[in-house]
Amino acid sequence: MARSRYAPDRGLTARMTVTMFLLGLVFVAFIGLIIGIGAATHGSTDVIALFAVVLGGGMLIGSLFYSDKIAMRTAGAVEVSPQQAPELHGIVDRICALADMPKPRVAIARSNMPNAFATGRNADHAVICVTTGLMDGRLTNEELEGVLAHEMSHVAHKDVTVMTVASFLAIIAGLMVRMAFYSELFGGGRRNNNNQNAAMMMFAIMAVSIVVYAVSFLLIRVLSRYRELAADRSGALLTGQPSALKSALIKVSSDIGRIPQQDLRTAESMNAFYFAPAMSLRGGGGASLSKIFSTHPTLERRLAELDKIQQQLNQR
Amino acid sequence: MGFLDTLLGRTKPVQPKLDDLFALPSAAITLEAGAGFKPTGSGSVCFRPVEGRSFSDVENDVRDLLNASSGKDGGLPVEVTKDSYGFTWLVSSHLSDELEGLVTDLHAVNSSLVDNGFGPQLLCTLVAFRDEAERSLALVYLFKRGTFYPFAPAPGSGQRRDNSLELQVKGVIGDDLKWEQDLGRWFPVWGAPGL
Repeated sequence: MARSRYAPDRGLTARMTVTMFLLGLVFVAFIGLIIGIGAATHGSTDVIALFAVVLGGGMLIGSLFYSDKIAMRTAGAVEVSPQQAPELHGIVDRICALADMPKPRVAIARSNMPNAFATGRNADHAVICVTTGLMDGRLTNEELEGVLAHEMSHVAHKDVTVMTVASFLAIIAGLMVRMAFYSELFGGGRRNNNNQNAAMMMFAIMAVSIVVYAVSFLLIRVLSRYRELAADRSGALLTGQPSALKSALIKVSSDIGRIPQQDLRTAESMNAFYFAPAMSLRGGGGASLSKIFSTHPTLERRLAELDKIQQQLNQR
Repeated sequence: MGFLDTLLGRTKPVQPKLDDLFALPSAAITLEAGAGFKPTGSGSVCFRPVEGRSFSDVENDVRDLLNASSGKDGGLPVEVTKDSYGFTWLVSSHLSDELEGLVTDLHAVNSSLVDNGFGPQLLCTLVAFRDEAERSLALVYLFKRGTFYPFAPAPGSGQRRDNSLELQVKGVIGDDLKWEQDLGRWFPVWGAPGL
């Protein structure tokens, strides 16, 4: 009985595994195709691929190591001490003690949009940030705790690292497209008798890269939505209050719809780490499309999953 | 958390460590001899309630259990308070300053929560001390870590803690308790019931 109450969600685990497997598969297929193109056109694709991997890897490591600083700068967040925000620190303290995690740095961003995010490559370098819009009394303490527990679960799951590594493939594919394009553009003058082959090679690399970029982009979004559900789940189990998280979600989501567009554009680049998406594609006909491109599951989906947790916690 | 758990976004709830709590009575004697702090006889368990009937049933059982035994060993009825963070504190008070009875009471709370599968909800246990100058001090036990740390609110209003007293207490008790080595986890419990 003690076990079943906090049992992991097998379905979610399975879906996440499949998504990650597919991402890996696309990666392997991508490498295979690049090598294949090189063999078919008797050109050297190795140099271009190696360059993309090294450059992409550098970008990856850089963005991992500076993730906390980059995110804080982008959001305009300022770190606060326990004296400046005793309530917020009190809640974070308790969550950390419950979850047996080191305490992250706590920051506040000045924005009317009620939201929160966590960043940093691991628990020791984590920053948890809330906006002033979340702190202005719209949420009760319990709801705020639910939001923070969700963010702390992102930290515990190392979501920044996982998502950065997952987007490695998209970075490489994007770089390959660009490099193939520029070498087509500037390499024209140096061509000799095998220019036909070289042009074909570059065109093939570009086509493959574009397809890989599109597919991996979609898979990353799927993965991101599953990680959100996983964080909801861990957060709700941690506090034991799924309904507090539910009401926070409803409040935050309905408020976000009313925010003017200017504010949203600045926040858009960090969507993946937010508690709720800052921008939602709405409108007739686009509903199913926006679902595929969204970093966050729909509100209905998240509420339904939390209902399940509620029942699970209440078993006898 | 293991690599696979991180990859799959699963968090295993942390089960509490209960045994080290029994080191308290002997540590209290050392504390009294070394720094003049006496137990006030009250202590509390803090946990995060789970919504729903199952948990409130367990909570009621615990309260009944403690109240049933309260007359015999010089204990008073338990007090239940909810703090502003939504955590529940069960305060058990004893007339005598012997810690054994109190620790047994506190342990009863812990073990019934654990037995019913709610172990991960336990936050901390706090035992209150006071010296002749009426300075108050708490020894806080973190369930998830199985470690203790001192918490001494500075006299007067405002949320300030007397860090030098806390470090002094840690030095006086020494190896009698398993201390929390990471000072970042000595989180304050302002206005904790029973303090």
